[in-house]
Amino acid sequence: MSMYQENAEVLEHEAIQGGYNLLIMRSPNIAPAVKPGQFVHVLVPHLGESILRRPFSVFRAEGDRLAILYKDVGRGTRTLTYLRHGETLSLVGPLGRGFPDPAPGLFPVLVAGGYGMAALHICAQRSPVKGVAFFGGRTAADILCVKEFEALGWTVIVTTEDGSLGHQGRVTDALDPWMAQGGAARKPELFVCGPSGLLKAVAARALEHRWRAWVSVDNNMGCGVGACLTCVLKVHDHEKGDWTWARACREGPVFAASDIVWEAVG
Amino acid sequence: MSAIPVTAVDLSVNVGGIALKNPVMVASGTFGYGPEYADLVDINRLGAIVVKGICLNPTKGNPTPRTAEVASGLLNAIGLPGPGVDGFVRTYMPFLRQYATPVIVNIWGKTIEEYAEVARRFDQVEGIAGLEVNVSCPNIKEGSALFGTDLDMFRRVVDAIRAATRLPMIPKLAPNVADITAFAKAAEASGANAISLINSFPGMAVDIKTRKPKLANITGGLTGPAIRPIAVRLVWQAAKAVSIPVIGMGGIGAVNDALEFFLVGARAVAVGTANFTNPAAAVTLVDDLRAYLAAQGMASLDGLVGTFAP
Ligand SMILES: Cc1cc2nc3c(=O)[nH]c(=O)nc-3n(C[C@H](O)[C@H](O)[C@H](O)COP(=O)(O)OP(=O)(O)OC[C@H]3O[C@@H](n4cnc5c(N)ncnc54)[C@H](O)[C@@H]3O)c2cc1C
Ligand SMILES: Cc1cc2nc3c(=O)[nH]c(=O)nc-3n(C[C@H](O)[C@H](O)[C@H](O)COP(=O)(O)O)c2cc1C
Ligand code: FES
Repeated sequence: MSMYQENAEVLEHEAIQGGYNLLIMRSPNIAPAVKPGQFVHVLVPHLGESILRRPFSVFRAEGDRLAILYKDVGRGTRTLTYLRHGETLSLVGPLGRGFPDPAPGLFPVLVAGGYGMAALHICAQRSPVKGVAFFGGRTAADILCVKEFEALGWTVIVTTEDGSLGHQGRVTDALDPWMAQGGAARKPELFVCGPSGLLKAVAARALEHRWRAWVSVDNNMGCGVGACLTCVLKVHDHEKGDWTWARACREGPVFAASDIVWEAVG
Repeated sequence: MSAIPVTAVDLSVNVGGIALKNPVMVASGTFGYGPEYADLVDINRLGAIVVKGICLNPTKGNPTPRTAEVASGLLNAIGLPGPGVDGFVRTYMPFLRQYATPVIVNIWGKTIEEYAEVARRFDQVEGIAGLEVNVSCPNIKEGSALFGTDLDMFRRVVDAIRAATRLPMIPKLAPNVADITAFAKAAEASGANAISLINSFPGMAVDIKTRKPKLANITGGLTGPAIRPIAVRLVWQAAKAVSIPVIGMGGIGAVNDALEFFLVGARAVAVGTANFTNPAAAVTLVDDLRAYLAAQGMASLDGLVGTFAP
């Protein structure tokens, strides 16, 4: 695993929908090294008194281009939206352990909420088998990238809580019947990224049915490289029958669902 | 003074018997044990690496959230998780021995006996240049904070460590004391080879929406640019009071920050929280310090250290 610190130049930056923004940068060292599910630690320019970087999953990495898809949720991400074409920003990456290659013989199933749709894009792109992707959100504006995933050959099943797009309900309201009606029989392998409620709900099903499942967690981060021990979460120490801390930035952000101590996840 | 070539500048310093190729270290707890940053930072270019605090046995540390970003700073209550002496030596020393950079181990204990035992164990370990004694971590429940703020306890712990090791000993002073000079002098009298300061300053932050503390531990230690003026003041006062070398830290991220510390008497400096913001901070500081001295026509740090002119 190699990581780099580099100044990336903004090539394109646009608001897309639902408070999400697409930021495409030239990042010749980091972009070629990115693996599915990895993230970059971004120093938001002009953030004055803020001293921490902000972590974002890599949405796309092609040649020397690296894109993130981020939502304006606070001071850092708001300030990021002001960044213009031609400006540079400091990135550290690629960071963390991402999704493993899909296991041969299993049927890949992606489950995403929020920025998870962006975080799973490279996984969808590089997976030799194209399976089914479940996207959930509150409303239609929260559902991202459906066309991109369909163009890659995935079947996308959308749920929104208000019913403004796809099925009305939560992601699991679509996932459960799909699994029951033949999905489970295809030996699914789940790749999951989204808010912790979604991770918990999907992981509970995976553990119950013994489906192989990988989840990407989004813990607050400090250093992003494993040094500060901010980002830790409880994982099972199966050997000792105890729990231990794992660093989301280093051992994660992707974990086997069976490794996480779910009772401790807020 | 006229400028000299950068190649004519010698940045080496001796800090309490530890020969450093330059005076820029990375501060304990902000650089892990080394491997974490090895891809991003050439460890050979650092003056010294100070590893995360180690006590006798493995410890888990505090619950989360462990850090919170605040104005120009970071609050942390990590709670000193770590692999213990044996775990550290086994897991990290083979890695650290590869570099031509002194390794300073930051040590702590819950009791005076534990401090002494940790020091005694490290005395036998190849490749350790010195021990920095964390008496000032505010995040330990067992009363460890007292070691850093109670002068009598401080003396006892430093004396016990002195008796347990021949390694250079560097007590790290707590900033939240009424008179820093008393602690600096006590360290010197107990045979400390150098002192370092400052550790984080106790603080807290409240989430006004949830009415809960931002840290699971409620209180934590403030670090980063926010504490720099406090650190400069304390380093100045401590450096005037003792003749052993002083390692200054607190909010250092760039050469101008470091220069303040050198001017008030620090012989070396450490980069802490700034590593998170900019992993290249410490090595950039080395280059910029060399360039600064060259531009000033100074061949070494001697013309700089303690030349503050109030
Ligand atoms: C591995 C990982 C990948 C991520 N990928 C994406 C992505 O692809 N797209 C996207 O929109 N968001 C992503 N996030 C979340 C993103 O990092 C946060 O939204 C961002 O840090 C908020 O910064 P802010 O200053 O705008 O918000 P703040 O005003 O600081 O806080 C707003 C919210 O963001 C959370 N937050 C604050 N600081 C951090 C931090 N250091 N790390 C994580 N969360 C934080 C807070 O808990 C709060 O809920 C990811 C997070 C992680 C850990
Ligand atoms: C996340 C974190 C962990 C730390 N852990 C330790 C530690 O284990 N032992 C110690 O003596 N100091 C520890 N410190 C304090 C630093 O070594 C340093 O004294 C302090 O951060 C001030 O420097 P700065 O403002 O440059 O960060 C820690 C600081 C931070 C931010
Ligand atoms: S963010 Fe620092 S260890 Fe993970």
